Amino acid sequence: MSDISEGAARPRRSFVNQLELDLRLVGMIGAFVLICVVFNVMSDGRFLTPRNVFNLSIQTVSVAIMATGMVFVIVTRHIDLSVGSLLATCSAIMAMSQTAWLPSIFGFNLDDPMNALLAVMIGVACGALIGAFHGWLVGYLGIPAFIVTLGGLLVWRNVAWYLTTGQTIGPLSEPYLLFGGVNGTLGETWSWIVGLVAVAFSVWVLMQARRNKTAHDMPVKPIWAEAVVAAIIAVAILGFIWILNSYDIPSGRLERIFAARGETLPEGFSTGYGLPVSVLLLIGVAIVMTVVARRTRLGRYIFATGGNPDAAELSGINTRLLTVKVFAIMGALCAISAVVASARLANHGNDIGTLDELRVIAAAVIGGTALAGGIGTIYGAILGALIMQSLQSGMAMVGVDAPLQNIVVGSVLVLAVFIDIIYRKRTGA
Amino acid sequence: MTGHSGTPLVEMQDICLSFGGVQAVDHVSIDLHPGEVVGLLGHNGAGKSTLIKILSGAYRMDSGEIRINGKRAEITSPRDARRHNIETIYQTLALADNLNASQNLFLGRELTTSVGFMDDARMESETRKIMQRLNPNFRKLNDPVSALSGGQRQSVAIARAVYFNAQILIMDEPTAALGVHETQMVADLIQELKKQGLGIFLISHDTREMLELCDRVSVMKNGQLVGTERVEDVTEDDILSMIILGKAPERAA
Ligand SMILES: Nc1ncnc2c1ncn2[C@@H]1O[C@H](COP(=O)(O)OP(=O)(O)O)[C@@H](O)[C@H]1O
Ligand SMILES: [Mg+2]
Repeated sequence: MSDISEGAARPRRSFVNQLELDLRLVGMIGAFVLICVVFNVMSDGRFLTPRNVFNLSIQTVSVAIMATGMVFVIVTRHIDLSVGSLLATCSAIMAMSQTAWLPSIFGFNLDDPMNALLAVMIGVACGALIGAFHGWLVGYLGIPAFIVTLGGLLVWRNVAWYLTTGQTIGPLSEPYLLFGGVNGTLGETWSWIVGLVAVAFSVWVLMQARRNKTAHDMPVKPIWAEAVVAAIIAVAILGFIWILNSYDIPSGRLERIFAARGETLPEGFSTGYGLPVSVLLLIGVAIVMTVVARRTRLGRYIFATGGNPDAAELSGINTRLLTVKVFAIMGALCAISAVVASARLANHGNDIGTLDELRVIAAAVIGGTALAGGIGTIYGAILGALIMQSLQSGMAMVGVDAPLQNIVVGSVLVLAVFIDIIYRKRTGA
Repeated sequence: MTGHSGTPLVEMQDICLSFGGVQAVDHVSIDLHPGEVVGLLGHNGAGKSTLIKILSGAYRMDSGEIRINGKRAEITSPRDARRHNIETIYQTLALADNLNASQNLFLGRELTTSVGFMDDARMESETRKIMQRLNPNFRKLNDPVSALSGGQRQSVAIARAVYFNAQILIMDEPTAALGVHETQMVADLIQELKKQGLGIFLISHDTREMLELCDRVSVMKNGQLVGTERVEDVTEDDILSMIILGKAPERAA
């Protein structure tokens, strides 16, 4: 990844330097763009259609949400191999809650919003609890995270099986399905509004950072560079919204939507899907996790502990409790991912989340999280998930055999980490 | 030597700690007065670091008693030690390499904004201020400390102790990784802090340096205290024979 960025950056180094962009980030975006362009050419333009961009986004969400939590886990020098199985258990709990348990206890209708809401709350609470239990085994009992979560991989996959007696559970509650993708999108108008708010928010963050620096006499980049960065961000956000808005809802589906409201579809009417709710959820998770990582004590302690556990301990940080918190966050995020994954499939099946642990770890690592601990970013992990997913979908689209797809993805993971090691050595980071 | 009629700042009495079969600290008693520098000497493995880590809360003693300002103190964690205004500069620098100077300086005691977020800007400007005093050449406030030289890293560790108004300062081989110039800087700082009334435990292998900086020196061997001497009463040779032979110098009463 970084070799691409270096190659591209060298001729106009001073320009890039003035922008003060994170080279690693530029490298990952470069790799992503390259993947998109190559697959688009190879598929005769099918890769970058609104339809495929839409599908790519909703396919990435579940892994990306968990990858943000995996960053914290790996930064504190642990690993979580159980996330795919934990996702399955949370999904099973939520599916059983909304289809069987809650309706029989409270007499809820399946499609009652309260039913879906309670089910999600139960699922997230269970995910956090199970995660906290993992963290307790690791932090307080001193069992290596690799072992605890390897055990968890087997345990939770099969707890999920027992909860559902191996059945596929469905259909799931309508409000719950809003988090799945095609069943829950904002529509064109709201998507534009969200896009504009996001642009305004980004500009505000940039300005805030600059104001903070000038207030403490720190050097800032020239204002034109600031403007270029803001413009790039704005174009990216609004371009993304525009693409999603141009993916039209098929007329048959529109007819059903209008029929459900007791109206008939007007002649020649068409509208786009717009931003999926699940993507909005991912953006929310990303913002919260970034704030936790950068602006809170918890985040500071996570990175300090990863950098030097002894120093953290000697500074009065309770690293055991910290381990519990980190795994609890991971567990809660598995549950949130479970909502997205099962809503996308519209039911809970036994094999949900299978192999996700590997995708999630790969996403975090490709995104620049160092297995030695102490280093990693939330946006990196999300980009890593996106890169993995576009590779996979792109290969499927151009007709690469399934076994070869996995061979390529596996090799890319190893190669990405190798490039990262070289990059770190060169920059001395 | 300064008169030490008042209550000692620190009294460690009859301290024992063993790791498995190794009696790392064996019935050791030492004390420290305000404005005093007490040196700990001894071979590698004598138990010096272990003894002061008990005071700094990194280890728990098996038996013994610690009194701060005459009052019995329970020190079972680094947090407890900090509450008693004990600050430690460890032999292996206790810095997180991936964090920058101010993040390290405030680690565990971050300044926050009104909503509880990290106030990095304020922490950075505070760091800038204290560094101006301790090491005016220090510029790399925003780099991870892994990018700093040994001396620069040491000034971060020292700044951390000084910033939080330590009363009792523990320095475990603070100059081991430093050059001549930086060693002198640490020596000057010790003199300055001493004038401000801090009590300092200093560990070093350099006997001559210790005789210059300390008011008293305690010598340890195999976990036991060989003896404590006022520096004006002993020669460098006396100290060396205490370290090597483990016997207090014989002298006419
Ligand atoms: N964490 C530990 N676990 C086991 N043994 C230790 C530990 N720390 C120190 N020791 C042992 O205790 C003895 C004293 O060590 P230490 O206090 O580091 O000596 P010094 O600082 O005087 O060189 C040594 O024998 C050392 O091997
Ligand atoms: Mg030592």
